[in-house]
Amino acid sequence: MTVAYWLAYGLLGGGALLALIRLGLGPSLLDRVVATDTLLVIIAAGLAVHAGLARDPTLVPVLVVVSLLAFVGSVSVARYIGGMLLRSGDGGQDVGLPQAAEERAGQVGEADR
Amino acid sequence: MNDVETLGDVVAVAFLLLGALLCLTAGIGLLRFPDVLTRMHAGTKPQVLGVLLIMVGAAIRLQGWSATWMLLLVALFQMLTAPVSAHMVSRVAYRRRHVRRDRLLVDEQRSTGKDRVYRGDEPADAPPEEPGPALAESLREDREDREDRGDGVR
Repeated sequence: MTVAYWLAYGLLGGGALLALIRLGLGPSLLDRVVATDTLLVIIAAGLAVHAGLARDPTLVPVLVVVSLLAFVGSVSVARYIGGMLLRSGDGGQDVGLPQAAEERAGQVGEADR
Repeated sequence: MNDVETLGDVVAVAFLLLGALLCLTAGIGLLRFPDVLTRMHAGTKPQVLGVLLIMVGAAIRLQGWSATWMLLLVALFQMLTAPVSAHMVSRVAYRRRHVRRDRLLVDEQRSTGKDRVYRGDEPADAPPEEPGPALAESLREDREDREDRGDGVR
């Protein structure tokens, strides 16, 4: 039982840590949105694993709230960026968004070729 | 009480461990994949399959129907909302050019020049490819239309 306990929390913690690293590295707002979404799902999964392994049903309503929160968060940030786009003339660069990192990487790749 | 005694417990713990493994693969994929779309592909693994496996495992372990129904609700909600949020994030990613277009094999959304002008029915977060020139062009077309009709004095 303790083996399953440590193994499950080790896997979940590793996934959460890697998602946190992506959240810190970025490089763009949308990468962080995706990383936050994944992190919240991993947290919900951790709560469910705790509920299952300890046979403790008190945390189950929290799961509903967390899964709702992940959806509302990612959708509202996506719509916010869309609104910034609508008022920009330069793909978002003139409203404070930096040049897309993938676009820059693609330009570097094309220059190398 | 927390021991693994029956076959059901073994199956439940196996489901929980499998779901946790999917969470780890999501983290690895998020860190190693090159752009937003591929990172979303990795991040969605625990959102549907991982959460479903963990919910099934927890539902087997927990006693009482109220917990089971609530876990079922969470699983259903995940399956309903994951496509919606993925659609919105990926659409904004494409419009913001966070997609490595040099890595796409097929690019069906590539502009054919048709959606460069505002037609008035765009969703708020999906403007034409180049919003500034598109707005100027659509305003110029409006002006020309009005002059053709002869009421350009407004």
